[in-house]
Amino acid sequence: MYFDAIAKIVSERTGCEVADVKPESTFSELGIDSLDTVELLMNLEDEIGIEIELDQKVETIDDLNKFIQSKQG
Amino acid sequence: MLKGKVALVTGASRGIGEAIAKKFASLGADVAVIYAGSQEKAEAVVKSCEADFGVKAKAYKCDVSDFEATKELVSQVKEDFGTVHILVNNAGITKDGLIAMMKEDSFDAVIDTNLKGAFNMIRHLTGIFMRNREGCIINISSVAGIMGNAGQVNYSASKAGLIGLTKSVAKELAPRGVRCNAIAPGFIATDMTEAQADSPLLKMIPLGKMGETEDIAEAAAYLATAKYVTGETLRVDGGIAM
Repeated sequence: MYFDAIAKIVSERTGCEVADVKPESTFSELGIDSLDTVELLMNLEDEIGIEIELDQKVETIDDLNKFIQSKQG
Repeated sequence: MLKGKVALVTGASRGIGEAIAKKFASLGADVAVIYAGSQEKAEAVVKSCEADFGVKAKAYKCDVSDFEATKELVSQVKEDFGTVHILVNNAGITKDGLIAMMKEDSFDAVIDTNLKGAFNMIRHLTGIFMRNREGCIINISSVAGIMGNAGQVNYSASKAGLIGLTKSVAKELAPRGVRCNAIAPGFIATDMTEAQADSPLLKMIPLGKMGETEDIAEAAAYLATAKYVTGETLRVDGGIAM
């Protein structure tokens, strides 16, 4: 549900094509470290107007997508 | 020098925290004065910052050892001041005693306020600092955390813990423009050290006297503006922990 927004921000951040960002892509493959994912979430908060606290480690794009959905209830 | 900056100082109603809050105000920073005890004293610090230096200041009562309370505090300060640039983790307590007799709750209480309190504040402010790509954290440690002190296993453990925390936070957040340093005061004349006024340790201070809260405030002002310094523990102790 938030995949497109995540993919857009990842692509802006890393310079890769949006189409290259897959649900199963890991952040480390994309060159994003764990502190970057915290920042990414902050950008997402601004982009989609939500407030979420990242209190667990996420490995893949899909993990983050599901994590946000779970927090959104 | 700190004009346009917002500083949050814990334990700021008296002693070292009060001196740092006023020093930062004198340099132009707006100041959030965090206190746990006397509202009257905290309000006096706020008044002094406003009247003497013309900055914005406000007092907030908060138990820094309480994770949820510090979260609330940070969001309140953010609402009132817009953001935070400088955090000074100064709130600290002592519950001295020999380890052979120390009660469990004396150990826990000191760790909770002195060490976990700093963690709580940093935890909730990191998001703001990262967004700003700017932040300065100053943890008030102690020479007891460097060289130990008989009768203070809880206090020195908490203060040594702050030095490790300082270095790890400095390493984690350096890429985001956030600096984290510690100050290790020696014997500074405050309410906290009143009981130690005839400690034999005082004779071992190379510079021959106790320090003043102003000495620590000056060190804090230096660290607040020292753009290339991070992960450092600055001793301000008259040489005692050399």
